[in-house]
Amino acid sequence: MRHSWKRTLVCSLLLAACLYGSARELRTVQAMRPTARIEEVLYISSPDFVRRMSLGYSGLAADIYWTRAVQYFGRKHIFRSNRYDLLDPLLRLATDLDPKLVVGYHFGSVFLAQKPPHGAGEPYKAIELVKRGIERNPREWQLWVDLAFIHYMELNDFVAAAHALEQGSTIPGAHQFLKTTAAAMAQRGGDRETARKLWSYTLETTKDPLIRENAVKHLRALEVDDVVPQLETLVRNFHQRSSVQPRSFAELVAAGWLRRIPVDPLGRPYKLMADGRVEVADPDPLPFITKGLPPGREPSIFDEHGARALREKSKDDPGTKKLFHH
Amino acid sequence: MISRVSSIAFNTFREAVRDRVLYNLILFAVLISGSALLLGQISIEIERLFLINMGLTAISLFGVVIAIFIGIALVSKEIDKRTLYAILSRPVRRWEFILGKYLGLVGTLTVNAGLMAFGFFAALLYLSQRSYQGFQKADAHILVALYFILLQFVLITALALLFSSFSSPILSAVLSFALFVVGTFAEDIRAAAIMAGGTVGQMLKTIAYLVPNLGSLNVVASVAHGEPVSGALVWHNTLYVVLYSAAVILLAVLIFDRRNFK
Repeated sequence: MRHSWKRTLVCSLLLAACLYGSARELRTVQAMRPTARIEEVLYISSPDFVRRMSLGYSGLAADIYWTRAVQYFGRKHIFRSNRYDLLDPLLRLATDLDPKLVVGYHFGSVFLAQKPPHGAGEPYKAIELVKRGIERNPREWQLWVDLAFIHYMELNDFVAAAHALEQGSTIPGAHQFLKTTAAAMAQRGGDRETARKLWSYTLETTKDPLIRENAVKHLRALEVDDVVPQLETLVRNFHQRSSVQPRSFAELVAAGWLRRIPVDPLGRPYKLMADGRVEVADPDPLPFITKGLPPGREPSIFDEHGARALREKSKDDPGTKKLFHH
Repeated sequence: MISRVSSIAFNTFREAVRDRVLYNLILFAVLISGSALLLGQISIEIERLFLINMGLTAISLFGVVIAIFIGIALVSKEIDKRTLYAILSRPVRRWEFILGKYLGLVGTLTVNAGLMAFGFFAALLYLSQRSYQGFQKADAHILVALYFILLQFVLITALALLFSSFSSPILSAVLSFALFVVGTFAEDIRAAAIMAGGTVGQMLKTIAYLVPNLGSLNVVASVAHGEPVSGALVWHNTLYVVLYSAAVILLAVLIFDRRNFK
């Protein structure tokens, strides 16, 4: 009995040692090999073939392909890639395997439409994807919003965007926002108020934290772009009236021109520069802003701050670390 | 007669449990809890959809594998162990033996699927409560998909038992699995028959009616989206499976009746 207990202990220890050793060896081998390019290969591109191979369980196959599309996009996005060659075929596979996969059309079109490095920069393919989704899911009015979003944000085609919203508003159960925004869009074209409505809609209707964060950042940028010119006008007016160039917002508050020191959406006070310009305290956590930037700094369509945070977060993953290395 | 059939069925069930068939539940539990907990981290907004697709697919595939691998050995094992002679020397008719074995395995699969369904609904409830939704009305359609999966087991078990009644376990496994695969393409074969026309078309049409139609028993993808299943489909599928399985079991009884065990 004692002998058997000892043997079990020795075998267990050996087993643990072998498993640990094999895992270490595998890490070494992975580090030695050049970056695997497996994600750039789509071995099967025919939805019919995958459907047959899945023995009728095409719903599960679609979920797997959708997850693969999300992973592919996420990885490319983190590394600011300008090429998303597999994104469209992966989305096509996922949505052909499960034509009711509304989430695939909804987010897939966003991934496809946005300009690189934010997305694949393929707005026409995104439009095709959403139109396929609308055809297969005629009661999903949200897809018309997605279509309007692409026309509005990526192609600046306000007429097509308004038309899409108008079409969507005729579907039973559609949000009231579609009708009002369609009218506003048709009337005024590309104003910030319409953009604000679209991003607010995105924030209200998605649960995904990354997409919500993106919408929040765009809304913050719109607020900064609204407030900075207003403050600059106020400073100019003050200067004209009092012939004194204010050196800080505290002077404007003291003079009764402002109720309190103005702060950006992150709660940091705006900076009043000597030449009367207004700048945000730190432009890094406020991507997409076009006003309030320091001289020489170009407006960015890319959230560098967010991407850096994501990269920091993913540094523990050996696969990601290897990609950084390369 | 009923007591003899039920005794054989109960013993078949007990034997399957003794063979540790229900161990597959552990793997199922790992799969379900893993997909419920981890998928939210790597995908977007399909946790619920994935859990339903994954859960129902796993219940179906695990059951089919069990049906085939237990079903093919139902008769041959009794012959190899020579227990068949002891059974048939008693006042047990051969058809009672086949029917008892069949019902025993269907019962095993039903219990197995029931336990899996319990775990699956627990995972679904956990996920639903995490997203503050709770069970939805459309989730009731999942029960129809589960019922169809049971019908699938009824068909596959009948086929495995048929092959077991006259061939070796390996050949029975190959034939059963082949029919399962072909059965999922039954609708494609019918479409091909229409396209081909003539004698070939007629042959394909015959094949399409002979192989089990498993495609119409798979409603996993649609119930995952909360779509209802029509009552007519439930009724006609039930009738189809009862008639088809009865035909297969009758064929198995006919073959088994004519076998010489001396």
